[in-house]
Amino acid sequence: MFERARAIFIKEFKQIFRDSRMKTIIFVTPLIQIILFGYSANKDITYVPTAIYDQDNTAESRDFLRRFTYSKYFIPEHFISSDKEQDFVLNKGNVNTVIRIDRGFGRNLNANKEANIQLAFDGTDSNTTMIVMGYANTIISSYQEQLLRSKADAVGFLSTVPRIDLRDRAWFNGNFISRNYYLPGVIATIVTMMSLLLTAMAIVKEKEIGTMEQLTVSPLRPLELILGKLLPFAVIALVQIILITTLGVFWFHIPLRGSIIFLLFSTCIYLFTTLGIGLFISTISSTQQEANMSVFLFYMPAVLLSGFAYPVSNMPQVIQWFTIFNPMRYFMVVIRSIFLKGVGLDVLWPQLLPLFIIGVAVITLSSLRFRKGLS
Amino acid sequence: MTGQSLKRIKAIAWKEFVQIKRDARSLGLALAIPIFMLLIFGYGLSLDINHVRTLIWNQDGSSALTRDFILNFKNSQYFEIVGYTDNYQDITGKIDSGKIMLALVIPKDFSHYLESGKTAPLQLIIDGSDANTSSIALGYVRSVVSKYNVDLLSNAFIKRGLNPVKSVNAHPRVWFNMGLVSTWFIIPGVIAMIIMIISALLISITIAREWERGTMEQLISTPVKGAELIIGKFIPYFVIAFFDLFVGVVMAKYLFGVPFRGSYFLMVILSSLFLTGALSQGILISVNSKTQLMATQLASLTTLIPTLLLSGFIYPIFNMPKFIQAFTYLIPARYYIVVLRDLFLKGNGIVTLWDEALFLLLFAFIMFTFAISKFKKKVA
Repeated sequence: MFERARAIFIKEFKQIFRDSRMKTIIFVTPLIQIILFGYSANKDITYVPTAIYDQDNTAESRDFLRRFTYSKYFIPEHFISSDKEQDFVLNKGNVNTVIRIDRGFGRNLNANKEANIQLAFDGTDSNTTMIVMGYANTIISSYQEQLLRSKADAVGFLSTVPRIDLRDRAWFNGNFISRNYYLPGVIATIVTMMSLLLTAMAIVKEKEIGTMEQLTVSPLRPLELILGKLLPFAVIALVQIILITTLGVFWFHIPLRGSIIFLLFSTCIYLFTTLGIGLFISTISSTQQEANMSVFLFYMPAVLLSGFAYPVSNMPQVIQWFTIFNPMRYFMVVIRSIFLKGVGLDVLWPQLLPLFIIGVAVITLSSLRFRKGLS
Repeated sequence: MTGQSLKRIKAIAWKEFVQIKRDARSLGLALAIPIFMLLIFGYGLSLDINHVRTLIWNQDGSSALTRDFILNFKNSQYFEIVGYTDNYQDITGKIDSGKIMLALVIPKDFSHYLESGKTAPLQLIIDGSDANTSSIALGYVRSVVSKYNVDLLSNAFIKRGLNPVKSVNAHPRVWFNMGLVSTWFIIPGVIAMIIMIISALLISITIAREWERGTMEQLISTPVKGAELIIGKFIPYFVIAFFDLFVGVVMAKYLFGVPFRGSYFLMVILSSLFLTGALSQGILISVNSKTQLMATQLASLTTLIPTLLLSGFIYPIFNMPKFIQAFTYLIPARYYIVVLRDLFLKGNGIVTLWDEALFLLLFAFIMFTFAISKFKKKVA
């Protein structure tokens, strides 16, 4: 039995690699994707284009502004002097933040009166703005605290004022580098897309050309045919994952804290599902275009509902229930945890078990459909 | 253009329509995926940070002061206190398995320190894996703590019968998206994304199929000219894309409450420019690829992924490394997304959008010229 499956396996490989452009698609495109993602998929806000609108222009106001400009985040790109200019830079999107200091700031501060500043944020990108507002808040309240402390010191009772000292410690991703979180996810999306597309297209192509009929009249049993057809794509997927993981680890310095063997093992379990769905799509498509569209129709919602870019816990309850059937959701957790937390089967079995069940169910169902289609 | 030529364009457009209509899945991609994407982005996906799952270990449980302090977190919409614990093992286990993101440890002498005017340590453990969410959460904890510290100082002044000291009063104001609703930011981007999928992916696969099957040769041997063929092919996709744009704007406005503050006329004009460029790009891809698989891969590599990553759709461009930023100027969706967002949220007119408009015009012109010449060469 394995003899014949092996023959198909070898034939499939030859067919894939005969086309030199296919080699490029299989091995170069994932690398390009990971590089693009690595450089661009970044939600860390390290640079906030800022406009300074200092109406007061005193030693006090300049001292206050320095708190912003010396922080590594707020980079002054425009110095403006009218409301009209403020409207313009915000409308045009030149800056994200405008810091405006009202006239009398310095005088009020010295006279123990309230000193006013106005901060205007371009809220279009709500997420970025939230982070930027957080930075601004921290700077302002530490300024306030310092001001109060120096006054208390002047009166002579500072040493008796209590305070809380926050000691925060981030685990797994100490410097809050969002790339470390996104890239393992990207690996999952690439492997999914590739294994789905290659499987579905390769089988449908044979149907389209008519060589599938030749295979069915050969002494091959359906199971051998399925095995021989799917295994090459499993091998390709594993090679791809090793390739892109290597690039991620050595080029982008993504920490891989778990074991690579466990990563490959989990990928194998996940591949049951994607190869199974690829096979299923091939049974319901008679042309490559149809197969292509179907892959897309599955892939799109699967990625969006996997927690790849949007946390599952933020979704409405109904949609969260729906994600229980999404295999990618489990794999996303698994691959991220292996990379960042370095945990193993003891922690991840609640993800791997449903993944395995979905995989076995999908591959059984599509094999049955495939066999029926043959006879 | 002569009447004959118009007639031929009409015939090609009609043929293309029939072909799309016959293929249920293409139609699904053209009509169902956009609506699904809008619904899921509008209702399902959110980058707003709330309900950060938090575990508290209060070692100073008997004190009223600590309970009071915890209220600061309980009453905030950002945190969801999932429970209390009394050991580190529980914290470690729950962070490892992703059940919580934050753990707040209040030491035994917390209230004692504060009451006797000393510095009280407060320990915070964060799962930093999701850097974005966790750094926003950390920022929030920090601001709770520093506000508390400022209050402690002010109280110290009052207690001594001194004037409560005034300091800086900041008035933050958020423009364009007052409520910081992420849907307002995402939906215009999704519309741009949809248009890109329809134009580049759908058209390149359809035409690649005609090359693969040889029906393109049949078309070429008819008296239809190259430009007529391309324009005829464009028309159905224009119709579909404008239908999707219409559905997108209606859903954005009436279902998700995203304001549209700009001019519809400007939107139609600039969308047509973008669409012309994107469809021409789709044709170029199909001309350059032998097989449908190749066309899909090329289309997703040259249009979908750059649009997803380098257009500012999700990831802010000003945060990218400089050489990637330079590269984003070549991504047409970058301009189109700015156009849509400005029209929706800022209500900008051509006075502010002229440079984006110029780039889109350039893109449309170059791609269209290129597509026609490449197409002719392949035919000849």
